[in-house]
Amino acid sequence: MPITHEGLAREFEFVTNPGEQKHISEAIDGTAPIMQEMAYELIVGNNADVDRLTQEALTEGFTANQVLDDGLLNGMAIVGVKFRDNLIFVPEVLVAARAMKAGMTHIEPILSASGAEPAGTVVMGTVKGDLHDIGKNLCIMMLRGAGFVVHDIGVDSSPEDFIDAAEEHEAEVVGMSALLTTTMPNMGRTIATFEDMGMRDEVRIMVGGAPVTQDFADEMGADAYGDNAVDAVDKAKDLVKLLAELKSS
Amino acid sequence: MVAADGKPGILDRLAAGETLIFDGATGTYLQNNGLEPGASPELMNATHPEVVQGMSKQYFDAGSDIVLTNSFGGNKFMLERYGAGERLTELNKLAAEHARSVAPEGKFVAGSIGPTGEFIEPLGNVTEDELYDNFSAMAKAFEAGGADAVMIETQLAIDEAAIAVRAAKETTNLVVMSTMVFDQGPRGYFTMMGVTPEQAVEGLQEAGADIVGSNCGLGIEKMVEIATRMRAVTDKYLVIQSNAGMPVIQKGETCYLDTPEYMAEHYGKLADLPINVLGGCCGTTADHIRALIQSVRI
Repeated sequence: MPITHEGLAREFEFVTNPGEQKHISEAIDGTAPIMQEMAYELIVGNNADVDRLTQEALTEGFTANQVLDDGLLNGMAIVGVKFRDNLIFVPEVLVAARAMKAGMTHIEPILSASGAEPAGTVVMGTVKGDLHDIGKNLCIMMLRGAGFVVHDIGVDSSPEDFIDAAEEHEAEVVGMSALLTTTMPNMGRTIATFEDMGMRDEVRIMVGGAPVTQDFADEMGADAYGDNAVDAVDKAKDLVKLLAELKSS
Repeated sequence: MVAADGKPGILDRLAAGETLIFDGATGTYLQNNGLEPGASPELMNATHPEVVQGMSKQYFDAGSDIVLTNSFGGNKFMLERYGAGERLTELNKLAAEHARSVAPEGKFVAGSIGPTGEFIEPLGNVTEDELYDNFSAMAKAFEAGGADAVMIETQLAIDEAAIAVRAAKETTNLVVMSTMVFDQGPRGYFTMMGVTPEQAVEGLQEAGADIVGSNCGLGIEKMVEIATRMRAVTDKYLVIQSNAGMPVIQKGETCYLDTPEYMAEHYGKLADLPINVLGGCCGTTADHIRALIQSVRI
């Protein structure tokens, strides 16, 4: 029995894909009871408990990386699966993300002081003309949880806003969001502007949002499409790898 | 309840067994007539009255019984993003007046209320009272502008939609309609906030809505499935307003490809369920409405 915490074991039963079962159980297997409790409290969205457990763990001598990997990220992995599989919805993900943030507050300063290499640098924004940010913010929380440095340029972002931020932060990935069908074409216009400015090979571009599809992403020349916030993290990891390969070849 | 002009009202007509016809898209029409992507459609009520009136007129001319006002984002939270929060009553009243000014006798105007985009405390920052007051102010402005009904549409969260229904019901005499928008996931149809079609019917009716249903969404074939599930759990009036398919991008522009003829076929199925009020959402035009009327009134 790899998972000793009862609540976390119950939550793990929602993971039904064999590959994911293996991956997640291996990650949880052998972790300390306090980490399993932290993962569980994150899944159910108890941010006060995650806040407390994170501090306790650090006091007990666990490292910031252990708290992140063994506690917070294991919880977030199950949240991601449940969200994708329609077992939970945006409200539950928002409270889990809030709990994640409560834990991150304590470990982020330690991680950044230690100079640990981030998973990658991402610029995220909602495209020009679009004021919607729920989906974008969910993606940002998930990306930060997965160890990315994310620069949020907000809503109604012009192609120039994306380019300036990508240059300033030397971003590897640019993520664009749109909720309105009328503003979706601005994703394509932003990609075209990256081309016009000679910046297209410097970054990989991913897109997402309710009306956006893989076909649409292909059509406008994006490098990846994230179907949901969990998928966005997977795609961002792929893109960072892809860009490193492209630049080394 | 009879309408202001003494003719039978929406609920009288439905009680007599009629299928009432709603209008087509608002946003699509306005974009084709001068609305810049990302600009506030509601401000056009003040700046381009002739465009807004022209939109309503072409739907009435096509045979729509009920036309929606140009006020989907006319709540204080969205208007504040355009620096127009103070103009809520003015813009929503104008929206109703524009549609009413071109409505033939015996036709109806429904004030459109879209989602605010806010979450209620503790998930978000707004209180239930704030939402109630906002929706009540919108509904009162519609009533003052001559509307017959309010349509609380494209809703995602049952708590927000129910507050809007209650606010309209308790503070105006308008007929209250409400629809939710569903995605299709691995476990079937849910709103973004996790509401099923059955829960939508139950929750909206419990809040006091006269007519409930679904709009926007995934195209009309999926709408037939959603409507069938809704009809299975209620004998009361249902409304469906479908997109002309899923949006696709052609030559950098957003297009909806379902033709009037294709949609008409499925409107017939919806009318048979029966769905009592039928109309279009994103991508539908006056031609779609004409085809819809032919398919259900032969």
